[in-house]
Amino acid sequence: MNAVTRELVTAKALSRREFLRRLQAMGGLLLVADGLSIARAADAPKYGAEGMEHGTIDNPLVFIAVGDDGWVTIVVHRSEMGQGVRTGMPLIVADEMEADWTKVRVQQAPADEVKYGNQDTDGSRSTRHFIDPMRRCGAAARMMLEQAAALSWNVPVADVRAANHEVLHDKTGRRLSYGSLAKRAAKLPVPQASALRLKKAEEFRYVGKGGVPLVDGHDIVTGQAQYGIDPWFKDMSFAVIARSPVLGGTVKQFDGKAAAAAPGVLKVVQMPAPVAKATFHPLAGVAVIANSTGAAIAARKLLKIDWDDGANGSYDSDAYRASLQESAHKPGQVVRESGNLDTALKAAAKTVEAEYYIPHIAHATMEPPCAVARIIAGRCEVWAPTQAPQATREDVAKHLGISEDNVTVHVTLLGGGFGRKSKPDFATEAALLSQALEGRPVKVTWTREDDLHHDYLHTVSVEYLKAGVDVNGKVSGWLHRSVAPSLVTLFNPAADHESGGELGMGFINMPYDIPNLRLENPAASAHCRIGWFRSVSNIPHAFAVQSFVSELAASAGRDHRDYLLELIGPARKIDPSSLQDKWNHGESPQRYPVDTGRLRGVVETVTREAGWGKKFARGHGQGLAVHYSFLSYAAAVVEVDIDDLGQISIPRVDVAFDCGPQVNPERIRAQLEGAVIMGLSLAMFGEITFKNGRAQQDNFHQYRVMRMSEAPSDIRVHLMPFADWAMPLGGVGEPGIPPIAPALCNAVFAATGKRVRRLPIKDQARRST
Amino acid sequence: MPSNKTTGAFDGPADNDHTVSVAADPDLPLLWVLRDLLGMTGTKFGCGMALCGACTVLIDGQALRSCVIPVSQVAGKKITTIEGIGASPVGAALQEAWSEINVPQCGYCQAGQIMSAAALLQAKPQPSDADINAAMSGNICRCGTYTRIRSAIKQAANHGGANK
Repeated sequence: MNAVTRELVTAKALSRREFLRRLQAMGGLLLVADGLSIARAADAPKYGAEGMEHGTIDNPLVFIAVGDDGWVTIVVHRSEMGQGVRTGMPLIVADEMEADWTKVRVQQAPADEVKYGNQDTDGSRSTRHFIDPMRRCGAAARMMLEQAAALSWNVPVADVRAANHEVLHDKTGRRLSYGSLAKRAAKLPVPQASALRLKKAEEFRYVGKGGVPLVDGHDIVTGQAQYGIDPWFKDMSFAVIARSPVLGGTVKQFDGKAAAAAPGVLKVVQMPAPVAKATFHPLAGVAVIANSTGAAIAARKLLKIDWDDGANGSYDSDAYRASLQESAHKPGQVVRESGNLDTALKAAAKTVEAEYYIPHIAHATMEPPCAVARIIAGRCEVWAPTQAPQATREDVAKHLGISEDNVTVHVTLLGGGFGRKSKPDFATEAALLSQALEGRPVKVTWTREDDLHHDYLHTVSVEYLKAGVDVNGKVSGWLHRSVAPSLVTLFNPAADHESGGELGMGFINMPYDIPNLRLENPAASAHCRIGWFRSVSNIPHAFAVQSFVSELAASAGRDHRDYLLELIGPARKIDPSSLQDKWNHGESPQRYPVDTGRLRGVVETVTREAGWGKKFARGHGQGLAVHYSFLSYAAAVVEVDIDDLGQISIPRVDVAFDCGPQVNPERIRAQLEGAVIMGLSLAMFGEITFKNGRAQQDNFHQYRVMRMSEAPSDIRVHLMPFADWAMPLGGVGEPGIPPIAPALCNAVFAATGKRVRRLPIKDQARRST
Repeated sequence: MPSNKTTGAFDGPADNDHTVSVAADPDLPLLWVLRDLLGMTGTKFGCGMALCGACTVLIDGQALRSCVIPVSQVAGKKITTIEGIGASPVGAALQEAWSEINVPQCGYCQAGQIMSAAALLQAKPQPSDADINAAMSGNICRCGTYTRIRSAIKQAANHGGANK
């Protein structure tokens, strides 16, 4: 997810046109890193949060309000989609300011990056980018409250201390509540960052411990939580849209008479024509606005639309797969090379090769894309479940032809995000339809069919690997070709190579100890909207590499774990730029090297905890995989039990996870548990296919998602201990996904001897009769 | 616009057990009557084909998918939604267990999950794993909270919510 946001940062810094000119001049290769270095050639490189557009804000007056009644309100400016940010971020602030969690309220920030700092909730970076600014906010607030108490008592501030929502004067036993100090404290100057006294780790009450209920837990279980689909006004209208079934298609003509005459229908409206770049622009189509969503859905069936499919009308997944395979067997653009691969392969005692296929995957958030908008006196208000509040605001303003100052984006809870809701086309749709109704409130809801047909899909990829091994099975040469359409095509349809960010997701930055190596990225073009899906290109890269390592181990007659540890090699800290990875998730290579010791650590832990090496009956087995992504290290052991009909059940999954310091371990566990299920789900069933440019899957009967009866009942998450809080944080939301699919397929091999090289597995474990 | 006056009993947190009259097309699914006409948005839309369970409500105590039930079929029946389920001992026990175990991630499917679980515990106060699978497999959770949902159902059952 980092990739495109960085590219957008670059694009904005340069102006989009200039960015694209340079992009084309570079042939699209390594465009993120190169683009950034061009954009900021005069500056020292900015990493982490400071490299993000609008950076960070650490002003306590922006994020914290203390009421006379003692309630502390903490503003969260990142979007909550289940990862726990509305609990985790306030927990950091509350701890540093010595607030009592039971007297803390949370308020969601509207879109306003100038005020709050970067709000793009993606790239597994909210906590790692904002822990320090939030700590500074909290510490500043605490010191202001202490100062206010010292002034009230006319004592030196050094003699007072804040503790659990009060300031104490130990010498006299006097105490003042935060509520009683609020007014006075708010008038004091905010301390300089250099003057802040941050807590020592041993003083933390909540950070690293958690133990607090979810901020939205009660509202969720009582049906009061407000998602993007939930705002309701008495005079509200409800819309669904028939969108072009093919990317880039247009409405030639349409007959909306029957739909307009259907029960409850208020208006039939044609959406604007598409633009050459898909971006977050709404697709072409015809909207039906009615007095209920159900009425709009029923009437939409009566629309007669004559589509012009445009250039992508022949997109066919079978043919496209064949073209990717063809490309994968020819030399492609070399993106990293060391030693002499060709010589190594010639000299090898044996070569092993394999080709893997990973299809398009749809996000299928349980809350489909949806938004509410109204326009009053030239000012537009939008309620949207958006991961990209600022882009939502900009796009709505642009499409309505009004200034951003006249657009307010209320960020609701997200009923699942997974990257889909980083693209706010749905919010723009709502704004345009409100405009069509003279500003009255309109709710746009995507049906599940709309969601699956028009998603910004996970890319589709063929990964080809070939290795030369010596007589002991040790790898002497490694060739990996990754062929996949890039999500950069959203912004530059001509892009035909993976961007630096995509390459840096487990492909180019593969850290194994191999002397002769060549990584290639042949060209591929996009024919549907490609977008980032939770963990993005790590999915195909990890699937291919981790499956292939298992194949090499089997070929050498070696235990997979032992073989994997040898391939990783000794513990060392690798500079990502030495791997040609100039991206490194936008983080400093010095601060965030690739640490093979930590990679080994999660492999050793997960295999020990899962009882690796246990003997199983035929049809039963364990599979292993490990992957580094979003600056965190994750390893999984999946256990399968496969019956004579090839039916796979998954009794247990173990995950070892090293993300450095853990702010709210309970939510980290939850994210990992969820990643296991989502990873298994995409491996077992996840596939969107195209024919005649149209996605073929309509709803959950054709796009299967794992259900409770199919899910492992025993998921064990092993969080790795961390040295201290000086260690930089890794990401949490995404890195749990990549190792799951290969671990599952390696388990299928252990149980049956069958290799699954093409996802999804579906019935591939079925024995041929 | 053709409309049919349909009457049903809707539970809600503010006004439990009251009778609601609504003017709606008889074919309009109950889900949209709840959400769009009455503004009771706790019940969620997920698929429109009874495939995901997000819209589950109790109709005379039975867990059903409101996205495929025409409103004309529920005339005179007692409908319980997530907003009202906490008034029953089973519902309250489930909500408490859900909160204690921190079941939700995004939380969007959880209303439907709790409604399915409530019908299960009403019918089987001490469900087996197989019972839980059978009752809950119509409810999809994309965040993957299934292991915690199972734990929460067992905890609610063990705390005797269903027997009160």
